[in-house]
Amino acid sequence: MTEPMPYAEAVAEFEPVIGLEVHVELGTESKMFCSCPTAFGAEPNTQVCPVCLGLPGSMPVMNGAAIESIIRMGLALNCSVVDWCRMARKNYFYPDMPKDYQVSQYDEPICVDGYLDVTVTTDDGPRVFRVEIERVHMEEDTGKLTHAGGATGRIHGADYSLVDYNRAGIPLVEIVTRPVTGTGALAPEVARAYVTELRDIMRGLGVSDVKMEEGSLRCDANVSLNRPGDEWGTRSETKNVNSLRSVERAVRSEIERQAGVLAAGGRVVQETRHFHEDTGQTTPGRSKEQAEDYRYFPEPDLVPIAPDPAWVEQLRAALPEQPSVHRARLAEQWGIGDFEMATLVNAGVLGLVEETVAAGVAPDAARKWWAGELTRVANEREVEPGELGVTPADIGRVEELIATGSLNDKLARQVFEGIMAGEGSADEVVAARGLAVVSDDGALLAAIDEALAAQPDVAEKIKGGKVQAAGAIVGAVMKATRGQADAGKVRDLLLERLGVTE
Amino acid sequence: MSSAMESDLIHQSAATLAQAIAEGEVSSREVTQAHLDRIAAVDDRVHAFLYVDTEGALAAAEAVDSRRAAGEELGPLAGVPLALKDVLAMKGVPTTCGSRILEGWRPPYDATVVERLRAADVVILGKTNMDEFAMGSSTEHSAYGPTHNPWDLDRIPGGSGGGSAAAVAAFEAPLAIGTDTGGSIRQPAAVTGTVGVKPTYGGVSRFGLVALASSLDQAGPCTRTVMDAALLHAAIGGHDPRDSTSIPDAMPDVVAAAQQADVRGMRIGLVRELSGEGYQAGVEQRFREAVHVLEHLGAEVVEVSCPIFDYALGAYYLILPSECSSNLARFDGMRYGLRVGDDGERSVEEVMSLTREAGFGAEVKRRIMLGTYALSSGYYDAYYGQAQKVRTLIQRDFDAAFAQCDVLVSPTAPTTAFKLGEKVDDPLAMYLNDVATIPVNLAGNCAMSLPVGLAPEDSLPVGLQIMAPAMADDRLYRVGSALEGALQDRWGHLLIEEAPAL
Ligand SMILES: [Zn+2]
Repeated sequence: MTEPMPYAEAVAEFEPVIGLEVHVELGTESKMFCSCPTAFGAEPNTQVCPVCLGLPGSMPVMNGAAIESIIRMGLALNCSVVDWCRMARKNYFYPDMPKDYQVSQYDEPICVDGYLDVTVTTDDGPRVFRVEIERVHMEEDTGKLTHAGGATGRIHGADYSLVDYNRAGIPLVEIVTRPVTGTGALAPEVARAYVTELRDIMRGLGVSDVKMEEGSLRCDANVSLNRPGDEWGTRSETKNVNSLRSVERAVRSEIERQAGVLAAGGRVVQETRHFHEDTGQTTPGRSKEQAEDYRYFPEPDLVPIAPDPAWVEQLRAALPEQPSVHRARLAEQWGIGDFEMATLVNAGVLGLVEETVAAGVAPDAARKWWAGELTRVANEREVEPGELGVTPADIGRVEELIATGSLNDKLARQVFEGIMAGEGSADEVVAARGLAVVSDDGALLAAIDEALAAQPDVAEKIKGGKVQAAGAIVGAVMKATRGQADAGKVRDLLLERLGVTE
Repeated sequence: MSSAMESDLIHQSAATLAQAIAEGEVSSREVTQAHLDRIAAVDDRVHAFLYVDTEGALAAAEAVDSRRAAGEELGPLAGVPLALKDVLAMKGVPTTCGSRILEGWRPPYDATVVERLRAADVVILGKTNMDEFAMGSSTEHSAYGPTHNPWDLDRIPGGSGGGSAAAVAAFEAPLAIGTDTGGSIRQPAAVTGTVGVKPTYGGVSRFGLVALASSLDQAGPCTRTVMDAALLHAAIGGHDPRDSTSIPDAMPDVVAAAQQADVRGMRIGLVRELSGEGYQAGVEQRFREAVHVLEHLGAEVVEVSCPIFDYALGAYYLILPSECSSNLARFDGMRYGLRVGDDGERSVEEVMSLTREAGFGAEVKRRIMLGTYALSSGYYDAYYGQAQKVRTLIQRDFDAAFAQCDVLVSPTAPTTAFKLGEKVDDPLAMYLNDVATIPVNLAGNCAMSLPVGLAPEDSLPVGLQIMAPAMADDRLYRVGSALEGALQDRWGHLLIEEAPAL
């Protein structure tokens, strides 16, 4: 295997072209073609019926709520909704598919020709990229296979495999972009920003809970490289990209890998690759050099879909505020600029900040925690900030404690650390770790006296008017109180004690 | 009820039996037992049944009797026994579709047709033999051995619904359900001297009918009289929300039409393309005589041309295999039915493959391969695409013909019943049996076959086909009933009474 090329070199030598296929599991009450419930996490094979098990003789009936959701999604992505379209059968044998064909759409998708503008932050300020959307179509989800035994966790080499059909027949929407060019070194950020924006739109529409970790939003990233002026290269398709962060990392690592292959005179193979969260690398999966023939044909068990244009217009009129408009409104309310907003969006914390503000926290404080300390920890732990275990309510409580002087910023960070470690609520962590600011003047004065006695020369300097020397005494007091004192207060008490004014 | 009838319950029409049961002259249990006895006496030679549900049938009969005794209002066919083609799912009762691959499968649900039969208090005797997955015109492709024609046990009873037609012809049941994809109700009716109706596509729910070709399949009645067919058609027909292709409009009143039995002023079209070469002389002779009878009854007979009908067989043998290759994919040994080769070592692909190799017969494999080929990329447009165009043109031929005529007529099958084994190794010869019945399936309209005499050269029954526009099923009954009445007047009995005693 050739060595990957360092990223900066790779994007200096090659131009990436990316394409993204996002699957969104709709949050409809019932499945796409039957009335089985769709709740996540039920016991295997308890949310099934003859239809979603594909039993002989069973027939699908289209879920009207799914059609409504997909049309709203298409409209929110600036797509045209077609007058007439059909479902198609995608034929291939696999045990997670009860019928050995998937009801999907082929050459007649329901929504076409849309776009989404996404913003990424650069050193020169925010840049907007338009990602064109080729199609939005619907299909049924498959069951879920679990492979037991064997080394790879794949079906080959497994001792046996179990299949859960609870997921089979849950409506899925696939959103396919046109190839995105001209992003250069920003390709990974554009990919991430696109998926983030898409997620926020879907969340705003309320059509899906868009939880990447539960698979209700899944992303496949296509990447190819070409030298400037050359034709587009051969693309790989990376699957298993299960977080926003992974979208960015997967694109980046594919650029590095493909650049390495091409620079060594090799050939990029058209194939499916799997992204690994742990290594940040992709490994080859199925080769697509011999394209599988899915023998698509119109699904004869379903009648064509012909959405009434008047109804489509009603749906359009009732769409919620677009995220970009929403963000502009928030930026104004919070008094922040484009750069600060883009930072929040790219860190994936805008929704969290919004919820935190809604919980009564000042916008500046909410931004400070989410975009600062919590994003830092999330990056360190390689998770999304929302997965840290800190809730907007926790931040609200911590801010209250700071306002009353019970906590300072340093102690607050320790409170969050405790919350993230599962030690309970803010108050529980404060109590258990003994993190309250020492505000008992007596205790502080005793500590100050002790410090002054230990450093008589410093005491003299301060008395002599060298107020800046107070830092050494304050530091000693903070050390003695294990940080639980309010440094400002210690300083005030110290100066008062020595009869010095600033 | 006369004492003659009491001793001869099996030779009565369903209408007569229903009335006798309703009036308390005979119990459903007695009627059911008489038919079970008949099955026990003759079915070892006829082999119409794959499964006889003695217990279930007697329990259902007793339930009808006790409800009648309690004074409950019962439907027009309450207590009358029926034979069900083994392609319809019936809860808890083996459903094989004539295939080894489904051996032992007991559906956990009822087909809508079965539900409606139960709601109508019809007593289901058991499941009838058929060509495997309804592919064939002789029942010789059943994995469980052929059915024999009650007129001559060395001859075929037609197919695929030979079991249902033979059960009715052999007086094992007054009613049966068949399914018709290209003639599987009508051609067996023709060669067994019985009545069979293929309703308008969408007129009878397909939910629970194990699909051969979804866009062509339709369940319908198999009986000895036109009125019985109308009663059964009315019991099973009408909109079903579980079948998307089911027509929401109210179905025409077929029972009233059968009672009306009047063709005066109707225009009847003779389809020029459905005669001549390939049609047995005695078949054509009896057909022409029947047309004269209709003229005599006051109908105006004209000749019409449907030139595209010549391409119907070709289009059918692309569309049907295409759909069936997909519909039959689910029989892969993973979830139900046969599983071969699962030794803990073999891969899932190998087990699927071995199961399908062992579980499907030659004709099924032939059509799956044809269909897989026709749907393949690069061939789709030339085969499946072209066939769909032919289908549209056939619909236009029908439209033009129905602009001039109320109904069209033709011989149902080109020949009388041939010898078992005569065509089983010659698929093309076998396919030609359906040349006159296929156009109706492709266009989605309705047709009936009823007996019009015995061919002079072999003394075997000849069927006449009446074709009507979609959702004009009532016209079939109006014409069929008038013709049946006139022929019965001429012969002094129904044709079926000339069948040799078994
Ligand atoms: Zn279901």
